[in-house]
Amino acid sequence: MAEEHALVERLRAGDEAAFDDLVARHDGALRRVARTFVRTDAAADDVVQETWLAVVRGLNKFEERSSLRTWIFGILVKRAKTRATKDARSLPFSALEQDDGPAVDAAAFGADGRWASAPPRLEGDPETGLLSSELRTQLLSVVERLSADQRAVITLRDLVGMPATEVCELLELSDANQRVLLHRARARVRAALVPFVEVGS
Amino acid sequence: MRRWWRRRRHDHAADPLVCQEFVELVTDYLEGALPESERARFEAHVAECDGCAGYLEDMRRLLGSLHNTVEPPPDPGTREALLRAYRELRGGS
Repeated sequence: MAEEHALVERLRAGDEAAFDDLVARHDGALRRVARTFVRTDAAADDVVQETWLAVVRGLNKFEERSSLRTWIFGILVKRAKTRATKDARSLPFSALEQDDGPAVDAAAFGADGRWASAPPRLEGDPETGLLSSELRTQLLSVVERLSADQRAVITLRDLVGMPATEVCELLELSDANQRVLLHRARARVRAALVPFVEVGS
Repeated sequence: MRRWWRRRRHDHAADPLVCQEFVELVTDYLEGALPESERARFEAHVAECDGCAGYLEDMRRLLGSLHNTVEPPPDPGTREALLRAYRELRGGS
């Protein structure tokens, strides 16, 4: 936190390298989150640019009660929602078709509720403990195909790495709803990656 | 239909979990949102089921990979324009 305070102080003092660094670090994720609210890349670009300007103007008012990152994403979400309403392309979470489907298709299980056969594995990379590089190249496009609400939650939680409480606040979700959306999103992403494994092996 | 895991119905917490339930609990487990008794059932199941252990490991790999995903950097034009705006608004040099 002390480190973060020092960064905020540098940003307030006009440290260009610190600002450039901040932009490099968050711009892509901001764009990705903005895009879950607005319909076009151009609109997302506008929203992100507005957000950065608001950040620069608002630095003195930032009270450091949340992390700098959460403060920035809060500004973004507010502006993205405004923009979506203005464009009348609003995709309010509640209006979206509900995804109540299971994490794994019921056909994968026998009548006793156990795996009918061993479930397919996602190929891993033994060196990094992550998915294989081939699967990792698919991740972002798979996330992009999720419904807007699932996409917003998984992007903030798992790509940006924001804690659940902050995501609930940002997206005005209850704890339980946030978790359901996250659960569905993760399960959908896993399911979407499975075919890439089967083709590869 | 008789389900083997429903037989010991007198004590729900002691009922073993089946795989189909397991996959629905994975997020709650990873989020630390499972009540203690559920967590014990979850861990007992994963200890004896290779399919579910693999599923959980894949999910962890997936989350690690998402978190390690590098976003494309902003294009140089955008970056330069933002720096210019920052310079003007923060009244630096």
